Amino acid sequence: MPRHALLLALALTGAPTLAVAAPLELVIEGRAFTPAELRVKAGEPIELRVVNRDATAEEFESSALKVEKVVAGHSEAMVRIRPLKPGHYKFVGEYHEDTAHGVIIAE
Amino acid sequence: MLAAALIVFREVIEAGLIVGIVLAATRGVPGRGRMVAGGIAGGVLGALLLAGFAQQIAALFEGSGAELFNAAVLLAAVVMLTWHTVWMARHGRAMAQSLRAVGARIAAGERPPAALAVVIGLAVLREGSEVVLFLYGVLAGSGAPAMNVALGGVLGLAAGAAVAALIYAGLLAIPVARLFAATNTLITLLAAGMAAQAVAFLQQGGLAQVWQAPLWDTSSMLAESSLVGRLLHTLIGYTEQPNGLQLVVWLATIAVIWALAQAFGGGASAGRHVATPGTGQRA
Repeated sequence: MPRHALLLALALTGAPTLAVAAPLELVIEGRAFTPAELRVKAGEPIELRVVNRDATAEEFESSALKVEKVVAGHSEAMVRIRPLKPGHYKFVGEYHEDTAHGVIIAE
Repeated sequence: MLAAALIVFREVIEAGLIVGIVLAATRGVPGRGRMVAGGIAGGVLGALLLAGFAQQIAALFEGSGAELFNAAVLLAAVVMLTWHTVWMARHGRAMAQSLRAVGARIAAGERPPAALAVVIGLAVLREGSEVVLFLYGVLAGSGAPAMNVALGGVLGLAAGAAVAALIYAGLLAIPVARLFAATNTLITLLAAGMAAQAVAFLQQGGLAQVWQAPLWDTSSMLAESSLVGRLLHTLIGYTEQPNGLQLVVWLATIAVIWALAQAFGGGASAGRHVATPGTGQRA
């Protein structure tokens, strides 16, 4: 029992050891990305959970990251990204390009 | 309205190019109008269904359903394009001749397979489902005047159709003797580009994750998101940062189609020969 409690406490407080394994999260709300800037470790594959809180669909697109993925309104999608070299990688929401854009910084 | 038109146009342009090329490639084939219309209609129907089940499909295969579906559709199109090219290598010469001979009819046995109708259907299906999702989302959620969005959608569709008409007209300017050689080259490159695109989808879906590092980056010279970049993306598979596996698959697709056409065409590639009248014309 105490062991479980400890694990639970770790999970709830988001202890660093657990946070590393969790996928990154990107939220679409009001046709914009939050956060608009994501920092990741270079050289490691990335899993990005894209959560769309808008009612409208969005296409997460980035030619630099080689990703194009439609995320329906009020739903979420998992985006897999190859291990990146250090650098800036821009992405946009193709359906609302004027407001929805961001960058992944690998370092 | 313009924003909606632009987005719909960008999605439709790929299907538009494919329809234009297929129309030119099937010049003189009886019943091709029905074939092309059938492909488009089937594609639209499929796109509506696909958009309706988008969430369920996306959730398959641990969230990679959409990627695997896209890759499968692209690869199916590659197979159909290969089939057509091989068929043309066998019969293209006779077709070019009967096109030139006034009143000549293509024998029933020489009708090309419906492979290209399937290609059109698949292209419309893939691009169309994104258009449907986009328009549906706008209409359902943003409170934008529905009339404006609908008008934008129609405008975008019309522009996509114009691209199809343009490339068709351009290809028809080629003399018949050379037309099928030209369309075969175009179709081979189209297939290679689709195969490379399928690789990107597979990798995004967590499969075939080898040779993923980009080989070069030409984004500063020609952005993939620009109009020319998009046209070339469809036509020859242009991508700003191709990776190793994409390049290998691109080259392999061209090599395989070429080798098959050689093997089945008996060395004489379609339409390239200016044959003397009377020879090769089948009853």
